[in-house]
Amino acid sequence: MSDESVPTPGTDEFVKGLWRENPVFVQVLGMCPALAVSNTARNALAMGLATLFVLVGSNLVVSSLRHFVPRQVRIATYILVIATFVTVVDYAIQAISLDLHKALGAFISLIVVNCLILGRAEAFASRNHVGTALLDALGMGTGFVLALLSLGAVREILGSGSLFGVPLFHEGFQGWVVMILPAGGFFTLAGWLLLFNWLRERRATRLAALEPVGATGGGR
Amino acid sequence: MSGEPLWAIFVNASLINNFVLAYFLGLCPFLGVSGKLATASRMGGAVTFVMLVSSVCAFGIQRALVAIDAPYLRLISFIAVIASTVQLVEMFVKKVSPELFRQLGIFLPLITTNCAILGLALFQTNKGYDFVECLVYALGAGAGFTLALVLMAGLREKLELASLPDVVRGAALSLVLAGILSITFMGFAGLGS
Repeated sequence: MSDESVPTPGTDEFVKGLWRENPVFVQVLGMCPALAVSNTARNALAMGLATLFVLVGSNLVVSSLRHFVPRQVRIATYILVIATFVTVVDYAIQAISLDLHKALGAFISLIVVNCLILGRAEAFASRNHVGTALLDALGMGTGFVLALLSLGAVREILGSGSLFGVPLFHEGFQGWVVMILPAGGFFTLAGWLLLFNWLRERRATRLAALEPVGATGGGR
Repeated sequence: MSGEPLWAIFVNASLINNFVLAYFLGLCPFLGVSGKLATASRMGGAVTFVMLVSSVCAFGIQRALVAIDAPYLRLISFIAVIASTVQLVEMFVKKVSPELFRQLGIFLPLITTNCAILGLALFQTNKGYDFVECLVYALGAGAGFTLALVLMAGLREKLELASLPDVVRGAALSLVLAGILSITFMGFAGLGS
């Protein structure tokens, strides 16, 4: 196979998903679940872990099947593989905690259409060894969990003054109701994106300032 | 049967629990295709059409699955049937009306992975709607999606002309806009009850 990439040192496959190619904050993928269930940190964590499991499972299967699946039907195959894992997760969560299942609702099933998972299956797992695909899935999944957790934590702290159900402020704290509502999800994600944009821009400016005169390629 | 009047189902799906602004479904096309007003309304039309078709399919599948007592196959069969239906619809439209096909363009295949479509199928099953209610629900959801998309496109066309710092350009700005729209739509709460 010519499209087989050389197995790279595994750490990079893992680390890139955490920050440099973070699925939510950098690639802006898989936002539907990220915003819909991140109104408390607990829901966000559960959703993140469920997605992580599906991502790892489907990446493993897709990667091991990559020589057997004809190109024409690959997307359909991936979707069926993903749907199988999502059904597993759905029933597992229902068995572990009915409350959680009620809180997440149909959004567990909707992991199927999370562009992140299909994206990784198509762009990475179908072209790489099982081991590399596993590391990639773990990294991307962990990045997704972290992103969801940072959204959920902000919304829960501001919206109800607690974290994982533990109250943080004294009793007089009035929650910002808007943070719990759908609009809060949009605003929180927008806030994080702005922060990262600003950090990136500041870093770029500093790097440009550090470079010797004449080496910079125009633009500013 | 759920007992809700049909108009309440429509208002509920399109305004109060707008798929994009309250359920966060179909955000990818919402942020991706809302740059121009003309494309936005066409995309809305395509989504509404696919919603109607897949709603009918999902209704049939649910009946069949209940009959053979296999609820665990629901998700897999929904997604498989919806994906192939979209493909079928695409071929049909191409054959019958090349004009319409050219207008919808790339949007038809993209809709397959739109969470709003699968979400609609799952919600209508959870709510236990009958056939007519399913159709009205799909129509309402499609209308709501189109409305949100068109509003967003209008806002973004205006913002093209505004002078903004580089930091806020791109996804962050769209999300703030979506948040404000979402607050606006909260004003409809309680309309259908």
